[in-house]
Amino acid sequence: MRELRIHGRGGQGSVTAAELIAFAAFEGGVYAQAFPAFGVERRGAPVQAFVRFSDEKIRLRSQIYEPDYIIVQDPTLIGDVDVFKGMKEGGIAIVNTEKPDFDSRVPEGVRVYTIDATTIALEELGVPITNTTLMGAFAAATGEIKLEPLAHALRSRFSGSMADKNVKAAERAYNQVGGAA
Amino acid sequence: MLEFMEGSHAVAEIVKRCRPQVIAAYPITPQTHIVEDLAQMVANCEIDAEYITVESEFSALSACLGASAAGSRVYSATTSQGLALMFEVCFNAAGMRQPIVMTIANRSLGAPLSIWNDQQDSISLRDSGWLQFYAEDNQEAADLHMIAYKVCEDHDILLPAFVCFDGFILTHTYEPVALPTQEEVDAYLPAFSPYQRLDAANPLSLGMYATPEYYMEFRYEVDRAMERAKQAFIKAGREFGEQFGRDYSALVEGYRLEDADTALVAMGSICGTAKDAIDEMREHGRKVGLLKIRTYRPFPAQEIADALKDVSTVAVLDKNISLGNGGAVGIEVKTALYGSGAAVYDYIIALGGRDVRKKDIAAIVDLAEKGKGDMFYGLRTEVL
Repeated sequence: MRELRIHGRGGQGSVTAAELIAFAAFEGGVYAQAFPAFGVERRGAPVQAFVRFSDEKIRLRSQIYEPDYIIVQDPTLIGDVDVFKGMKEGGIAIVNTEKPDFDSRVPEGVRVYTIDATTIALEELGVPITNTTLMGAFAAATGEIKLEPLAHALRSRFSGSMADKNVKAAERAYNQVGGAA
Repeated sequence: MLEFMEGSHAVAEIVKRCRPQVIAAYPITPQTHIVEDLAQMVANCEIDAEYITVESEFSALSACLGASAAGSRVYSATTSQGLALMFEVCFNAAGMRQPIVMTIANRSLGAPLSIWNDQQDSISLRDSGWLQFYAEDNQEAADLHMIAYKVCEDHDILLPAFVCFDGFILTHTYEPVALPTQEEVDAYLPAFSPYQRLDAANPLSLGMYATPEYYMEFRYEVDRAMERAKQAFIKAGREFGEQFGRDYSALVEGYRLEDADTALVAMGSICGTAKDAIDEMREHGRKVGLLKIRTYRPFPAQEIADALKDVSTVAVLDKNISLGNGGAVGIEVKTALYGSGAAVYDYIIALGGRDVRKKDIAAIVDLAEKGKGDMFYGLRTEVL
């Protein structure tokens, strides 16, 4: 079983990202489970959402403390929240930042992929909402989900030109991180 | 075929296919998504039901009670404070023998205010005469609604039922669920055939007052119906298994109990985490198993005694507390195992949404095997 923890701020779509990543993984043929860190959500406050991937039915219901993967939606979280806490050796972190040399305490053995998802989202969607862009980066960095089921998951959530724009944002991030990975 | 969806949505979809004719509910976290979905389905004419919007949970269940007495299949859903507000109507619904099915998205009770999960709400309605079924995952939560209608509407039973699934932990989790088609549900669950109904042409009264010469017999009859509900559940669960391949014919379900020295006993979603913890403990040679209780009411005392006859230590996980005397499930398991020779310990755990990890389950097994129990597990002593 592999586990993903998504760090974001209320309003950035972390819970939606968890659902859509899990849906894409399920469409790709594995068992998946997505759930939020249940709480009283407030816009701007640090939030978490979780995804599990497994070849067998998933029974575990606890939150995720030792993730294989993390996604950090908002670079200002680093410092406020110990986003790398508990990460497994060999884990993969996808961090939205415009500074590839961002200052952080990356644990040894964790691979970090940075991507300027905010700029991509602004250019493709016209809003600085980075969740769908980061899904593409996650797909490329981890291989847990393929681009096709990811596009399918996005089109199941968005319609019309909004679906096209979100798919394009995810594809741009996928190709950018894919080139680095 | 498995589909990927939220637990609340799975429940709403299955309730739709059970064809309730009247739905009345008041939204409350974490039940809200279920009744939002159903309201949308009614508005879209996907379901031929009347959705009665009400100003409180008391009215929601009162509307269900009246509609049921008039001969309709009815549905409601609530949790926590909402269920507390229904307290009076719950007893009336059971006493009037109305087969109402209500989902409980289990949540703790205030004060202090908490929107998070434990099972104090439904457990506190233990003596109301409602059947109580607990789901481990969203598949079981969906499936139990079909079984609940079948058991409740059986003319030998005629009692209402709670289908309980853990708030947030299941209601808000997305996972694969297999939903039967409308035709498959229709084949399993026939249209509601009321035993009697309010009818102006043939007047009858329900819930009239009973003098001391009669009251006790009414309570006796509800208790007998509860007892008969065990066999009705087994039969409905077996039929479900024959049609859908998922067998719910057991009131309790053992996991790796065959050669176990120590058994955990639990209800609801915590059983999944416990099974993973047991697998890890087994890898280290620990002979541990789980007994999952599916029907808290009627309470399967004999089935528990049979399932645990060979274990020496029992650890009951209680997501509730009967303040002043420990966990409600533990109290009843101790009664069921009286004279068996097993050491039975109770652990109050996960109140108000505190997370439970595999290592917590393992720690409780350690405590039980050392003879330490009947306690709160995981207290933050620094804030006491």
